[in-house]
Formats: sequence, structure tokens, C-alpha cells
Amino acid sequence: MSNEQSMRRVTAIRNGTVIDHVPSGQALRVLEMLGIAGETSVPVSLVMNVPSKKLGSKDIIKVEDRELTQTELDRLALVAPDAHVAIIRAYVVAEKLSINLGEEVVNVVRCTFSNCITTNSREPLAHRLRVVSRDPLHLRCHYCGRPQDLDELVKNAL
Amino acid sequence: MTGLITMDDLTNEEILDILDDAERLLPVAKGELYLPLLQGRIMGNLFFEPSTRTRMSFETAMKRLGGGVVNLGDVKTSSVVKGETLYDTIQMVDGYTDIIAMRHPRQGAAQYAQDAARVPILNGGDGAGNHPTQTMLDLFTIRQAHGKLDGLKVVLAGDLRYGRTVHSLSHALTRFGCELIFASPGLLRMPAEIVSDLQGHGANVTETEDLYGSINDADVVYMTRIQKERFADEDEYARCAGAYKLHAKHLADVKEDMIIMHPLPRVDEIHPSVDSTRHARYFEQAFNGVVARMALLCRLLGVAVPADISAAGGAL
Repeated sequence: MSNEQSMRRVTAIRNGTVIDHVPSGQALRVLEMLGIAGETSVPVSLVMNVPSKKLGSKDIIKVEDRELTQTELDRLALVAPDAHVAIIRAYVVAEKLSINLGEEVVNVVRCTFSNCITTNSREPLAHRLRVVSRDPLHLRCHYCGRPQDLDELVKNAL
Repeated sequence: MTGLITMDDLTNEEILDILDDAERLLPVAKGELYLPLLQGRIMGNLFFEPSTRTRMSFETAMKRLGGGVVNLGDVKTSSVVKGETLYDTIQMVDGYTDIIAMRHPRQGAAQYAQDAARVPILNGGDGAGNHPTQTMLDLFTIRQAHGKLDGLKVVLAGDLRYGRTVHSLSHALTRFGCELIFASPGLLRMPAEIVSDLQGHGANVTETEDLYGSINDADVVYMTRIQKERFADEDEYARCAGAYKLHAKHLADVKEDMIIMHPLPRVDEIHPSVDSTRHARYFEQAFNGVVARMALLCRLLGVAVPADISAAGGAL
């Protein structure tokens, strides 16, 4: 099946964001990380486990009437670092956004360890997670050094 | 180098240099020689949770070198109880002092303080995280006894799950190629993530519940207290607490130069009969906290320890 056919499993959107090349089965986690799971009024379409030349199989998400912000892209980097993000305006791709996972993830999510100094919300310094490895993704808190569980981390978006 | 937050802040070469400095400072630590290398400098002692040895030995170390000490005092009567953030407390003490020694119940607090401060932070324990100054005094004690750190066989016993001392020490010993035997009750095993971390760094690690069967070919036996406060269930504590009671009678077949260490306080894991054997080193180890911290204070404040201490120092 061609990429075009995969994309057409759901209707083309007029305005909004298409997130393509999401690792297969990760679409719901992406939505949770972006805070658009459940309580959202914008239409969201997703297809899961469609064939992909590059990944074998993949998920695709289309969010209507909403363009991802830089903060949301930073969050996306933690669950789908190789995803392709396109901003759609009047049915055409107006912009392609790139996701950059740097050496450190700053003020995107908070450390998952309950006794970390950063759990005191009044402490003013930035939340910092170090990228220890990219594939598979391993993160450690800059302060307490604890390894981060990605499933837990999704619930800790700032 | 800014502060000392984890042992990763020091290379092996720096560790050995600091141990050499500590060795030379011994007569000053014992009060046999007066050498005010840190005269005019002030250390802030910020202990947000109880400590006896670490707090007192930091203070002694600073004073033996002619420096001054200001204390946070009891947390219950300080501004912390009024809800002051660690960030604000550090900003204040940073202005009063040249270096800060700190213990805090939250993990990561020492790194956080270092990021907030201009002066160096010496981590005296952060939650179940790191305790690098304890590791330095432990390494000093081991080297003092064996003349080296490389390739020793070290048994770490007791509460390996919660004890930050054994976490920091096992990382450091791995860097010097020591063989590690972790002896603990099943409930208090070394966390799997630490074991795999150590193995990832090439450590030769064995895990066992049999302490007494592990000590005969060991060079160091490092005992720890099983901490009652960590158990929700009293019965579980009772089962673990009685697990190890090292007695002089267990030492009949150990190596001549094997040493027994303990970060103290002990409860009943080392019987007093061991105290008078040639193997007991825990009280010297506690004393070594002073000399190791003296060397670290000098290093972090950029003050060189003279090669010839006797020529540089004077009588008290």
C-alpha cells in the first residue's frame, strides 16, 4: 500500500496538523503526551498499524484546526522522535516542522521520581532530563539521576 | 571542578590525588600540627536531616584547617519551616560563605543547590542518592589498610537496597577494578538498576544471602545497618534485622589483613567481640571522615596541600 493510500484512510483535513511516521501503536501515547486525549473539542482522526516502507508499520494522527506549538513538538520528541509533522492550511502542506531531541529536555516534563527535589512545585529552577540514549530512548533526571519510565513520563508533561 | 555531588565529578586520578593530600594532612587532623590553610574561609553547614558523624567531621575538618563554620541549626527553627525553598536558602547561604556542606532528605537536592549557588557544594547525602564524601573516606580507609585500591575483593553486606553509602562506594570500587560480593537478605538486595549499571561498567559482581561463606577470601567486609525506619512491616524488619550478626568467632579463617568497615551507627550487625580484633576498622574509618573532608575542602577551595606538611605547619 502506498503512503498516499495510507494517508487517505481518513479524510484530508482543511486546516490543522498531520503527524506521520509515528511508531506503530504509539498514537494514543502521542495524544496523551500532547494533552489532546479525551477532553478536546477539535476533531482528531487516527489510523494505527498501517504499512510503512520506512518503519514496517506506523500510526498517523490528524488534528483539525490546531497547529502544534514548539512546546508540543518538544513533548512529541519524547514519544515519537522520528515523526514527520506537517501544518495544513487550506488543504495543502503549508509548513513542515522538525522534531529535535537535543542533549537535554528542559521544562517539558517533570521527573517521575516521587522523592526528587523537583517535586516541590515552588522550587524555581528548570526541570531537566538528560538524554542518555536515543534508540531506545533513555532519560535521566539531571538532579536526582533516576532513570525515567516513559509511560510514567507521559503523565508528567508540564 | 565546582562541587562534589557524585563520584562522577572526580576522575580516578583526582581521587588518588585527594587521598594523597588526605594522607599528608593526618597530623593536622590528629591535632599534632597546626596548619591554617583555610584561615579566613567560612563553610556553611546545611543539614536538613539528622547527622552526627558527617556534620561533626565537616565542622572539625574546617576548624582544624583554621576556617570558620556557620550552621543552619535545627531545621525546625530555621526559615525552612516557614516554607522557604531550597533555592532561596542556598541564595542566602551562598552570600555568607565560601563553601557549603549539605545533607537533604530529597534526592537531587545537592545538584539542585549546586545549580543555584556560586560557591562549591559538598554533598553530604541526598535522600537515597549519593554520599560521595563518605565514599572518599571509605576509599581512604581501604587504601590505608591495603596500600592500594585496585583489584581488591570487597564484600558489601546488610541493607544494600536503601543504603546510599554502598551505592556510591560500589560505583567507585568498580572504577578501580575491585571484585564485589553483595550479601543481603532477599528483601534488601542491591537495586537491579544499580547492579546492571555496575555490570555495564565492567564490574565483577556476585549476589548472595550467605555472608559468612563469603568473607574468608575477602580483603574488605563492609557491613551496614538494617534500617528499621525503612520497613512498613515490623515482622519483616525482625526477620531481616537478625540476618547478619558478625561475631569474632566467624573470623577464624579470614585473611590476615582483611578489614571490617561500617559507616556507623551500628545496631547488632557487628558484635562488640569484633572490636578488639585486628580486623576492626570502623572507628578509624569514622575518624578518617575528618581527614578526607579536610582534603576535599582544600581541593574545592583551590588551596594546595603542601608537599612537606611538617615544614609548613607549626605546633599547636
